[in-house]
Amino acid sequence: MGTERHPETAMFLVLDRLTKHYGGTAAVDEISLTVEKGEFVSLLGPSGCGKTTTLQMIAGFVEPSAGAVTLDGVDLLAVKPAKRGLGIVFQSYALFPHMSAAENVAFGLEMQGIARAERQRRVGEALALVGLAALADRYPRAMSGGQQQRVALARALVIRPRMLLLDEPLSNLDAKLREEMQVELRQIQRNVGITTILVTHDQAEAMALSDRIVIMNKGRVEQIASPDRAYEQPASGFVASFLGKTNLLTGKVADDRLSIGGRSFPAPIGYASGDVTVTLRPEKIGFAAEGLAGTVRNRLFLGSQWLFQVETAAGLVLVLRQNGSEAMPREGERVALAWRAEDMRVTPTP
Amino acid sequence: MSRNGPIALLFHALFVIFVLGPILIVCAVAFTPLGYLSLPTHGLSLRWFRAIGSNPEFVDAFWTSLWLGALSASLAILFTVPAALAVARHRFPGREALVTFLQSPLMIPPAVLGIAFLRFFTEIGLGGTFLGLVLSHVIIVMPFSLRLVVAASAGIDPQLEHAAISLGASGWRSFRRIILPLILPGVASGWVLAFITSFDEVTMTVFIASPRTTTLPVRLFLYIQDNIDPLVAAVSAALIGLTFIAMLLLDRLYGLERLLVGRGRAEGNG
Amino acid sequence: MTIAATSPRRSRRDATPYLLSAPALLLYGVLLLVPLIATTLLSLHSFTLYKGIEDVYNLANYRDVFSDIYFYEIFGRTFRIALLVTLLSALIGAPEAYILNRMRPPWRGLFLLVALGPLLISVVSRTLGWALLLGSTGIVNKALMDLGLIGTPLQFMYSETGVVIALTHVLVPFMVISVWAALQRLDPQVENAAISLGASPLTVLRRIVLPQAMPGILSGGIITFALAASAFATPAIIGGRRLKVVATLAYDEFLNTLNWPLGAAIAILLLVANIAIVVGCNRLLEKRYAEAFR
Repeated sequence: MGTERHPETAMFLVLDRLTKHYGGTAAVDEISLTVEKGEFVSLLGPSGCGKTTTLQMIAGFVEPSAGAVTLDGVDLLAVKPAKRGLGIVFQSYALFPHMSAAENVAFGLEMQGIARAERQRRVGEALALVGLAALADRYPRAMSGGQQQRVALARALVIRPRMLLLDEPLSNLDAKLREEMQVELRQIQRNVGITTILVTHDQAEAMALSDRIVIMNKGRVEQIASPDRAYEQPASGFVASFLGKTNLLTGKVADDRLSIGGRSFPAPIGYASGDVTVTLRPEKIGFAAEGLAGTVRNRLFLGSQWLFQVETAAGLVLVLRQNGSEAMPREGERVALAWRAEDMRVTPTP
Repeated sequence: MSRNGPIALLFHALFVIFVLGPILIVCAVAFTPLGYLSLPTHGLSLRWFRAIGSNPEFVDAFWTSLWLGALSASLAILFTVPAALAVARHRFPGREALVTFLQSPLMIPPAVLGIAFLRFFTEIGLGGTFLGLVLSHVIIVMPFSLRLVVAASAGIDPQLEHAAISLGASGWRSFRRIILPLILPGVASGWVLAFITSFDEVTMTVFIASPRTTTLPVRLFLYIQDNIDPLVAAVSAALIGLTFIAMLLLDRLYGLERLLVGRGRAEGNG
Repeated sequence: MTIAATSPRRSRRDATPYLLSAPALLLYGVLLLVPLIATTLLSLHSFTLYKGIEDVYNLANYRDVFSDIYFYEIFGRTFRIALLVTLLSALIGAPEAYILNRMRPPWRGLFLLVALGPLLISVVSRTLGWALLLGSTGIVNKALMDLGLIGTPLQFMYSETGVVIALTHVLVPFMVISVWAALQRLDPQVENAAISLGASPLTVLRRIVLPQAMPGILSGGIITFALAASAFATPAIIGGRRLKVVATLAYDEFLNTLNWPLGAAIAILLLVANIAIVVGCNRLLEKRYAEAFR
């Protein structure tokens, strides 16, 4: 588990061994995390990994079994959920169906006791921020998914929260809209400068939006790192296969050499002998005159790229090539795969 | 879905005649111009409806039924809404038992309830009083309003309440501004159903009503036991007319099919 | 990494649902449990014309009920009527629910209201209609005589037959509701699948629809039986003073004879029988049709 160290003054949110047990199982198992002010952090993992439960504990809707949550030096768990001052965007948006967009956004301000004139001003600002000034009087049922999502965001931001919590806010949108919203979301977050925690199962989304990603699996943290670091230097096989596509190849170390399917490389430091698992990104593999021999079983055209499935002595290997000048091998063709030794990540086979 | 054949449609027609026949007969007889039980074959007349006016016991009983229905429905709603919220939105030990207990009046024969209440009210000095009637009717109508308000509460996205809390609204405020407006249609239909149930109730009420404080169905019942004339037909016809209006109201508010049978097949999720 | 102060683990159980249901529970406790318990106690007292209700506890009333042939006759009649009403309701209501299910909207919704709407009309008004129809000068007799089918008017009023007919009318909507609900759970494609495999409409009915509708018919039957056995107004009006059922018997003892303990005993017996039948049959039903009752 890799935890990045930060100077004490920048720590804004601190999770200290946060845990939640349901019956005998730990849904969240001793999660520790520090977030800087203004940072965009994603909690990423498959369903059931505990990311949503963690968010709900920060929000106050689920009581932790153990552990602490500190926000700006204050123990957050001692504060009632209604008083935590967090802006939350829920997966279903949770817009109040009997109120218009403007009334929805104004609700938090009403609860704070803010006068009507000031309320209206700030609601106008918030709706303009998300580009929905024209829909102020529209009701949720008359809005599209994307519009509802933006109203939910405006509603969360208008109360000037100390932190923004997003629970899979884009998962109900279709692919194209989702991409657009991702860009907008990041833009808004940058402009406002608010500390943000995003929960998502979409690794592309997490990598695109975050300053750092917390990859979770079965309640535990697998890795905390910036997106490119986590991608290029995955801390475990799980992280490697969860972020992007990867190949998991078996190799054997002996006599200071690592052999994979017949190809030989210098042995990695720290491995004397034995079986190892090698993770290798598909885009790091190319077709060469000499290399790991294989036959193309399938090839898929992905628009900007070609994805190949090549059968080799080391197993089925995925190869990703940019669609460009090279001529691409066809199904059934015999090819040779080559890559650089430094592009491999080696972990002992359990 | 295959269509119904001629035999099926014949059966259906007979069924409809069977179900509507007695009701139509009552309405028909109510309009007879003659002084005795007969069908209005020689023309329609409103004489028996006018005769209701000169029968103060029926008019008094009508008002009693009306007030009784309104009061018991309102009281029932007051008790039902919090209980329904508890049942629909929380998981807690004893929840199943609680629901069964609150629905139990449905399992008790009204005659048994009548006897139990007669004895109880007599002992505590409420025998034959309007208050006694109200209390007993509240018990009888609560299961009906409970069912509707629970259904309305359960249909609300639990994240709505979380959203309200995250924006600073605590318990009562979140209820008043968010939950209540959304369950209001269910509460209203619960009220109407409770009112109708109370208004129509006869068996239990027969035991506990007194000659001074009696409801319209009970008055009708006692009258019919001695003699049947177009007057009771007119009163019944008027009641049937009012029920019809209430039916339309319920359909508007809630949907009659949904009320009587539950969710239809066509209805999807929220 | 600084370790923040750990907040004490809070394991307080949320009291909200209990607080919310307390008023209703309290109301029921006082207004329902107490009267019922009091009635049970009352049934254990004795009563004589001279001394009124005696404050003793014995099972004399129950012994009376179980030993006197008068009571046996009434309980037997009630049971008989309830059984006939249940059978008739099933024969009439179940097919109707099926037919309604196969209709297209708007007819389907309309006739469903026609079938179920009468539930919102008072029992008295509905039964009055039957009294008008079934009297010796009533419509039915008139029609039959005019058609020359009978010579003298048939005795429907003050007879078990009349009570059965009227009670069926009152209770058949419950059967329709129950069967309708069961049919709603059916996937319409299943019928089509059977037809595509060569089944005739009758076979589809018998082998596909009926077995799946059976839980609805049976649970509807339980409700109908329980309601018919505890019926009061309809037997009182149609059956008259001499044709007693359990509920009217209890009324008699309580309000006419003023033998409250005996009336209470009859009421308790009716209550126990009602609950036993409903709960018992439902248990059996659930065991048999476990999958259907999700």
